Amino acid sequence: MSAFSLLAADSLWELFSRAISLRDYNTRVVLGGTTMLGISGGLVGTFLVLRKRALAADVVSHAALPGIAVAFLLAERLVPGSGRSTSVLLCGAFVTGLLGMAMTLAIRRWTRIKEDAALAIVLGLFFGLGMALFTVVQRTKTGNAAGLSHFIFGKAASMVAADVWLIGVVSVVIALLCCGVFKELSLLCFDEEFAAARGYRTVLLDWLLTLMAVTVTLIGLQSVGLLLVVALLLIPPTAARFWTNDLKVMSWLAAAIGGVSCAGGVVLSAAFPRLAAGAVIVLTGAGLFIVSLVFGKERGLWPRWQSQRQFEQRIGRSDLLRACYELLEPILGPDETTQESLTKYEIDDLELSAMRQWPAGRFHGLVSSAVRESLLAANSQSGFRLTLRGAAEARDAVRRHRLWEIYLLTQTDLDPRLVDRGADGIEHVLDPQQLADLERQLVTHLPQGIPPSPHPIASATIN
Amino acid sequence: MNESPVIDHEAMQEPQIRLVAVGATESEPVSPLLIEDVTVAYHHRPVLWNIDYQAPSGKLIAIVGPNGSGKTTLIKATLDLVPRAAGQVLIFGEPYRQQRHRVGYVPQRTSVDWDFPVSALDVVAMGMYRKIGWLRPVSRKYREAAKQALDRVGMVDFASRQINQLSGGQQQRVFLARALAQNADLYFMDEPFAGVDAATERAIVDILRQLRESGKTVIVVHHDLQTVHEYFDEVVLLNMRLIAAGPTAEVFTPDNLRKTYGGKLALLDQLGEKMAQPRSR
Repeated sequence: MSAFSLLAADSLWELFSRAISLRDYNTRVVLGGTTMLGISGGLVGTFLVLRKRALAADVVSHAALPGIAVAFLLAERLVPGSGRSTSVLLCGAFVTGLLGMAMTLAIRRWTRIKEDAALAIVLGLFFGLGMALFTVVQRTKTGNAAGLSHFIFGKAASMVAADVWLIGVVSVVIALLCCGVFKELSLLCFDEEFAAARGYRTVLLDWLLTLMAVTVTLIGLQSVGLLLVVALLLIPPTAARFWTNDLKVMSWLAAAIGGVSCAGGVVLSAAFPRLAAGAVIVLTGAGLFIVSLVFGKERGLWPRWQSQRQFEQRIGRSDLLRACYELLEPILGPDETTQESLTKYEIDDLELSAMRQWPAGRFHGLVSSAVRESLLAANSQSGFRLTLRGAAEARDAVRRHRLWEIYLLTQTDLDPRLVDRGADGIEHVLDPQQLADLERQLVTHLPQGIPPSPHPIASATIN
Repeated sequence: MNESPVIDHEAMQEPQIRLVAVGATESEPVSPLLIEDVTVAYHHRPVLWNIDYQAPSGKLIAIVGPNGSGKTTLIKATLDLVPRAAGQVLIFGEPYRQQRHRVGYVPQRTSVDWDFPVSALDVVAMGMYRKIGWLRPVSRKYREAAKQALDRVGMVDFASRQINQLSGGQQQRVFLARALAQNADLYFMDEPFAGVDAATERAIVDILRQLRESGKTVIVVHHDLQTVHEYFDEVVLLNMRLIAAGPTAEVFTPDNLRKTYGGKLALLDQLGEKMAQPRSR
């Protein structure tokens, strides 16, 4: 918020529009490079998440820190002034990053320490070492100005064009590589053993994936910072998974989410220079993640809740209509089971609610939604009639229920008093195909139309 | 290995057919699978000792043995998935490395995470990735082949279904279809009947018989002793070492089963009695 309070409104707008309209060459380059970074991060992250190696990226980024410090110190000693070169620093980061990764694998392989503990140990070890070395760097003459702390928190906006070109090009290479070995990586993640049996060198494939993840992590250090770069790899694929069950769609979506959050983060942090770019990028991604978590078509909370609710409503509606039919059944004449005759009789409110143990609120809710959907028509103060549509549905519901009851009675040794409840649970999930099967199986036992109930229909009268 | 050969007198016809694969001539058919003196150890603890076995061609073969007897390990050692401490395996007379394209593998269904974002068709296509090659997408030709494989196991209607929406039996059939899509000559299946419904079991048995009719050899890790006689021509009884191997009628005897299962099988004697009764075939 400090960015808002310190800037006058018009200069704020000025900055913002500069950032949005990409008037500066540097902003354009940073935007392009970082967006590519987000895209490749999303792609690589998809496989990393599916391979269940998500936290490995975190170890790599933290393990990069001592490498950066050592590379700086060495370079300054050998060629004074060369310590600020990004490529030198990234080389150091690469070495210790891989070392950290290898150490995790070694601990997992040769000791009984579990993977999560191994990751935490290596992460702590390298980060501690890095922090200690950083205090050494700070004491050197050039160390303070070297901007090494950008690697910790990230500073996208201040990157120079040459660095960004490196990031952009490497990202494009990684993204292309990822697409090239898409099949093989997906097989590795799904069924490593089968891949090995088919002759794939799974160790090499695994290393390829690790190497890509390490590379994305390292080139992401400058813009996002090592604390948050892991989010660049993990948030996009996890968010994408909520929307789809297809790996191709998921990876494209992850790439898009990664790209958008990076682009958004760069624009926002260019408009508000006091906001750390890494934080803004990750927060943009997190925002997209929350949207996906709630609204994602396949696994989001809202669609799942919605379909659950629809299912319950369908069940409630069919229970209500069945109760209507069963209430009328005793007074129907032998040739009066057609839809038209069902609509002739009045159904009493109280009698209907006594057919089943509905909580009062639920009963009224069901009735009013049935009236709204014109399955029931309000007749007088306390009564209804079934509409033609309602009568048809009521007949279907009863038929479904009874068929299933008879099936349970004839095929299993269920107590006749229990079949009603058993049928209650299952009749709602019968699809037309299964219903047809059921009819075919039972047709020898059955008269046409609606079979009579195999047990007395007890209304849940209040005792 | 100074261990004396553990093949018992039961496998009497064994010695004369051993070692034909090496330098086999045109007239002698090469065995689809020749296992010679294979020993496998995990962390220095041997799990398979001196296994010798030669599979006949065009047969359905069951590998039977108690839990932890090394059935899966034997398959994995054959497919170079676990290192062998000793011995060699020849597939149609050559190392597996050179014969991969002729071998189909159906791993245990529970060995993978089925909550993976792919469809049944995608999984089946994985069987053909080697054939498709690197850097190439799955073309229409291969998608059609995958569909045909799904059709063979009665799953073509589920081609685009996400795999976690399939039942256990359906998942097993998808795994089977993946191996079928390879069109191999020798198949290894690790417990394809474990936890499947009756319909799937019938479908799998039908497939096995079709494979046999077209001259393929199928080696199946099998758990249900009741169905061994009905489904399989040959049995390999395994408990860390090879107890016996050969035609089901000769080898799958109460005596051999007792040797295989030791005291581990409480129902064994009951089953033995049942089998001692003359079988109507």
